Amino acid sequence: MRYVFKTTYDRDIDLHQHGWSRAKVAVLAGLMIVLPFLVGEYYLAEATNTLIWALAGMGLMIAVGHTGQVSLGHAAFLAIGAYANSALMNVGVPFLISFPLAGLITGLFGAVIAIPAVRMSGIYLAIATLAVFVIVEEMVILLEPITGGVGGIMAPSIQFFGISFDRYGALENFYWLCLAIVILVTWGYANLMRSPTGRSFLAVRDSEVSARALGINVTRTKSLAFGLSTGVTGLAGALMGHYIGFYNYELFSIFISINLLLVVTIGGLGFIQGAFLGAILITAVPQVIAILRDGLNANFGINLGSIPGLDTMIFAAILILFIIFEPAGLYGRWLKIRTWFDIFPLARRDMFRRQKSYLKTERMK
Amino acid sequence: MEFLQLIIGGLANGCIYGLVALGFVMIYKASEGVNFAQGDMMMLGAFVALGIGNTDQMGLPFGIAVILAMAIMFAVGWGVERVVVRQIFGQPQFALVILTIAMGFVFRFVAGSIWGYTPLVLETPFAGQNFRGGGLVVGLADLVTIGVTLALTLALWAFFAFTKIGLAAQAASQNQMAAYIVGVPVMRINSLIWGLSGAVATVAGVLYATKGAIDPNIGLLGIKAFAAAVIGGMGSLPGALLGGLIIGVIEPVAGRYAPGELAKMSPYIIMLVVLVLRPGGLFSQIQMKKV
Amino acid sequence: MSLLEVNDLAVHFGGVKAVDGMSFSVEPGEVFAIIGPNGAGKSTIFNLISRIYEPTRGTIRFDGKDLTAQKSHDIARLGIARTFQNIELFDHSTVLANLLMGQHTHRSTNFVQDILFLGKVRRAEREHRHRVEEVIEFLELEAYRNKMIAGLPYGVRKVVEIGRALALGPKLILLDEPASGLSVEETQDVAFWIEDMRRDMGLTVLMVEHDMSLVNQVSDRVLAVANGRPLAMGTPQEVQADPHVQAAYLGTPEEDAA
Repeated sequence: MRYVFKTTYDRDIDLHQHGWSRAKVAVLAGLMIVLPFLVGEYYLAEATNTLIWALAGMGLMIAVGHTGQVSLGHAAFLAIGAYANSALMNVGVPFLISFPLAGLITGLFGAVIAIPAVRMSGIYLAIATLAVFVIVEEMVILLEPITGGVGGIMAPSIQFFGISFDRYGALENFYWLCLAIVILVTWGYANLMRSPTGRSFLAVRDSEVSARALGINVTRTKSLAFGLSTGVTGLAGALMGHYIGFYNYELFSIFISINLLLVVTIGGLGFIQGAFLGAILITAVPQVIAILRDGLNANFGINLGSIPGLDTMIFAAILILFIIFEPAGLYGRWLKIRTWFDIFPLARRDMFRRQKSYLKTERMK
Repeated sequence: MEFLQLIIGGLANGCIYGLVALGFVMIYKASEGVNFAQGDMMMLGAFVALGIGNTDQMGLPFGIAVILAMAIMFAVGWGVERVVVRQIFGQPQFALVILTIAMGFVFRFVAGSIWGYTPLVLETPFAGQNFRGGGLVVGLADLVTIGVTLALTLALWAFFAFTKIGLAAQAASQNQMAAYIVGVPVMRINSLIWGLSGAVATVAGVLYATKGAIDPNIGLLGIKAFAAAVIGGMGSLPGALLGGLIIGVIEPVAGRYAPGELAKMSPYIIMLVVLVLRPGGLFSQIQMKKV
Repeated sequence: MSLLEVNDLAVHFGGVKAVDGMSFSVEPGEVFAIIGPNGAGKSTIFNLISRIYEPTRGTIRFDGKDLTAQKSHDIARLGIARTFQNIELFDHSTVLANLLMGQHTHRSTNFVQDILFLGKVRRAEREHRHRVEEVIEFLELEAYRNKMIAGLPYGVRKVVEIGRALALGPKLILLDEPASGLSVEETQDVAFWIEDMRRDMGLTVLMVEHDMSLVNQVSDRVLAVANGRPLAMGTPQEVQADPHVQAAYLGTPEEDAA
């Protein structure tokens, strides 16, 4: 068991409570930076995909995990980010401007939508975001001059400072670009959560009545959180557009929204780390399934390829098992394991037992 | 005339939305949970009826097929509550949202594995029978849909308003703890309601199948039914039907006079407008929390 | 001038007159208690002051300002903090984070500065922490600083909620049944803290309480209410001696007047 001696308030304010934790993060970041020299093209592309999903997951995590606003429509914000970025670049705006602008546009759109939506609680907000999703999807088809309609749109090759960041031409550079963006956003997110703004998000999530009594403007806070959430998701959407290259509205289907929810739920709601674990899971599982499928086919002659929808079914099963047995997600499970080792051999069986409570109606809000 | 024709077709469609919405509302009324798999239960119900009734499958008479399908789907709904939903008792509503979305995928996979993904047609006695008069063509299937929906809504409303179990279910949704203390078997009632909603979904599915082919993805209609339930106010059975009818009528009318994309958006735009103006729906049940 | 002036306040829910014709005023530096049977409208008065309910009629003036013209989240900024009858803490945060949330009205940074965590944010955080530590010391919560609320015993949560209200640095603190569910020793602690709040912090305390021993011990004046209407006002002794109060609240004199 480790003891942290705190001699100044800064020890609690700092991102890391002890040097060991800082060192671990530094090693991880270093590994990520040298990854292009360690793995081949195929796995580097998968790693890039994972980073983009982690970014989108962080976006949704702000809303669902830290402010308690369930969104079933985040694919719409991925779409807005992607189309805004591609459309801007297609009229000649350089990536360094179009990219943040895409995030800003998506964030403002999200914040404006949130103003009426935040008056709704729980289930109503979820349904409203679903409606926004359908509307955005149809709008994308309608706004053909900007979005290319059903035909789709090309995400131009990224180039600045004379260096190419093209996803196919210079994958390493594109990977490093995504990594830099993810690191920056993660740092900003972690900062947010140790500051008054982040605390006001948590306050609104846990008790709106007392948040108000403490002087927190609940509507503004929820709207800000939703705006930040959609803004980050918009950034992820812009990168996703570049990653795919040529896309239309079908890239951002309702299943993407649900996969995103899967990322945050399975990763661990309320933990930034959860977005990363969830993203790893969601990009790794199809790979594992493909490997298993090939293996079964080659060695046992079992052809799983003939069963359509198996991937989705496996995702659904994983999701159901997590919701029932580990609602705290992968990161929550990891925290429990770590605590178990920290206090070994003092852990008791029922130490982490969830408290079951009778439902408090949300109709009385 | 053409307008009237649109309206009649819309009303029949709206009844199906309304029936699926009734399923949402029943579960919401009893446990304040929302079953996002309701549309997929409708789909599964339709396929089960098809599996029992179609001549190339089991080939039993239509009436018996429907009743058997309702019984089977009652068992499915009941079982889902017993085996899965009950496990997350006490977790926030959000958990149930994700759980039921995942259940929907499972249902779709099951139906796809058994009946495949190519559209199939359910054999019904009303196929192709129309009434003509005054320039209007009204399908028998449409009339049956409207009639059955009205009867079912009335019956369910009476169930919640007058029967002991219905009232107990409502009490349980207001405050499960209090209901449990005064002797309401909260758990058993939840199972029953989930079973009932499975049966209602089957009726919706069969009626849907009388109007065209079905495939495992028709469950996505559930999203539209959701909009219907929200427009009506999640806790109100007549509201759900009304919401369904509004959406059913608006869709073809908007499709006639506006671009197709706008018509597809129309149910959701109406829903958002209702949510903004009357956050609790047309038949609001939201109250202030007591502190 | 009185700190809080309630004049002819009324709120009706449908046909139910939860509060009707309520008038009283609280002087600066006073401990003012409201007593009354269950359902008398005590908590409703609090909820009217915190602007959770919209009054049907009447005025509430605080420090010369009309509260009925304020939004519910502006009340804290004016200097009114409160606790809740059924503890409304942020269950998934630590005691420290809960208390820091009480510092919200003192925040001096916006969200962009927060995301970048500029030096200004760090300095502000140190100040917030310093003020919160004073509250922790005052309420002797040191042992619980980094504990999650969800795992704390009821009595401690009750104290944390008082702490969160104090962290706001208010002029007036509203305590909704601070002693309910507490043991005799814990109630005694609450009594001392209320006296210290008044004496050392210069706070004005308005509380709703059932425990008459606490009321007798700390309050300067008591208002008895029943059926949403004021019944009697005065020192604890005067109010308890009032025949109306005895009839409506404490029972008839033959019964044991607890």
